[in-house]
Amino acid sequence: MIRFENVGLRYGMGPEILRDISLHIPERSFQFLSGPSGAGKTTLLRLLFMSLKPTRGLITIFGKDRSRISRSELPLLRRRIGVVFQDFRLLDHMTTYENVALPLRVRGREEASYRTDVTELLKWDGLGERMHVLPPVLSGGEKQRAAIARALIEQPEILLADEPTGNVDPPLARRLLRLFIELNRLGTAVVIATHDLGLMEQVDARRMILAGGRLDVYD
Amino acid sequence: MTDLPADHLHDEAVETTPTVRRVQRKMVPIVPAQNIAGRALVLVIAIMTFLSCLTFGAVTLVRDTASVWENQISREATIQIKPVEGLDMEAALAQASQIASEFPGVKGTKIVDRDATARLLEPWLGSGLNIDELPVPRLIVVTIDEASPPDFAAMRAAITPKLPSAALDDHRTWVDRLVAMGRTTVTIGFAVLALILSATVLTVVFATRGAMAGNGHIIEVLHFVGAEARFIAREFRWHFLVTGMKGAAAGGAAAIAVFIIFSWWSSRNMATPQADQATALFGNFAIGSTGYFGVGLMVLVIGALTAATSHATVVAYLSDIDIRQPDAG
Repeated sequence: MIRFENVGLRYGMGPEILRDISLHIPERSFQFLSGPSGAGKTTLLRLLFMSLKPTRGLITIFGKDRSRISRSELPLLRRRIGVVFQDFRLLDHMTTYENVALPLRVRGREEASYRTDVTELLKWDGLGERMHVLPPVLSGGEKQRAAIARALIEQPEILLADEPTGNVDPPLARRLLRLFIELNRLGTAVVIATHDLGLMEQVDARRMILAGGRLDVYD
Repeated sequence: MTDLPADHLHDEAVETTPTVRRVQRKMVPIVPAQNIAGRALVLVIAIMTFLSCLTFGAVTLVRDTASVWENQISREATIQIKPVEGLDMEAALAQASQIASEFPGVKGTKIVDRDATARLLEPWLGSGLNIDELPVPRLIVVTIDEASPPDFAAMRAAITPKLPSAALDDHRTWVDRLVAMGRTTVTIGFAVLALILSATVLTVVFATRGAMAGNGHIIEVLHFVGAEARFIAREFRWHFLVTGMKGAAAGGAAAIAVFIIFSWWSSRNMATPQADQATALFGNFAIGSTGYFGVGLMVLVIGALTAATSHATVVAYLSDIDIRQPDAG
């Protein structure tokens, strides 16, 4: 589904942050992306999300060469990828329901056509009672689940989660992990960027470790 | 997500019916209706529109007044006959009047009679003046057809040989000076208007960009949930068009109110010394249909300018959104 071949990235004239990254993320796969803070996990996720272009190497996403994807094609391809940001990025003037429905709304869909789907997803996510609450009132865990629900509402083929358990206590982290596993069982490939070793030990999944700008993959 | 398993993650009991019912309310706009920056933008636009409209109205007023001055004076010319030895003044007046009235473009002539001439001199020479005791020149007022004025050179050439002491004054020098003054005033007015409009454009652009800066996170979120650039631009354009129109309409309405109040004051105080002075200078303080049309046009232009600025800001923001993303991990 996504393939990197000898990918390198630098910002401006600075040093290379990522060097000779080669990886393959197959469909329905589950993997952790780990490494120390500042190793470039978020940068690698941004490459996966097509928010950055590599300075060298080849990236193939959904069978398309990243360097040949035009600006106008990006939104359509991004809809096939769900992203959970480390800082959630929920819009404070919208309720949980409206935040989760946002990806469908920007596609121009009528609310009546997705109301049931959003409601069901929020209930599944444990936010059924909080769907009309504004984000500033939500707890860290609830915001995290709202951000996950927003990433899932379009049934993406791959979910990228940046430190999804960074702001929650261990019990909630385990529940969130169960959610990702369940999602993976339903057919979505999952990439979780984390430096929480405890979380990774709970699942027997592929680990991609970033250190010094290089990536080691442990299947 | 209709194929989700039943064993969802939440632990709490969920009441479905009231929840679903509450969902059916109107969705909030993607761009929040108002915030402090938005209110400040409305205020800034209102003030700048008000100033622009006042300047525009003032320029319209001066231009119309200058035009009125020019027309009023060029409607008349004067033949002046100086008394000389052996001249029968009354006969000379009649002859000059006759010659002038025969020219095409002359609507009529009127000899300023002895009493009227005495009244003209009264401020300087006092009342009870016997005009025959003094060598006072006499005047003939020639009324001119503005659409096709007579050939003044030919008229002068016809009068002077027969009446050497007669002089035709077509007010050209005075009119030319007045027209030059009027045109200079209007030119200065347009220059001031151009400066005010430039200041308005810059203020609106910077105030809009300032208000947009508070919405950067919304653009980012929309971008990352897969919204197309034109969708994002449209949302912001519409929001800022409404904001700009609100401010511009308020400023334009205030300016129109000021003109109406001045017009009312002017008509209410008619025939008082102050109002007469103001009316002599500026006419009746009415900006006319051109002025009101200009104010309306300015409101539309400022609204469109605000929308265009927000559009350009969104496009610029999206074009470098990926460069500005912080790299936390």
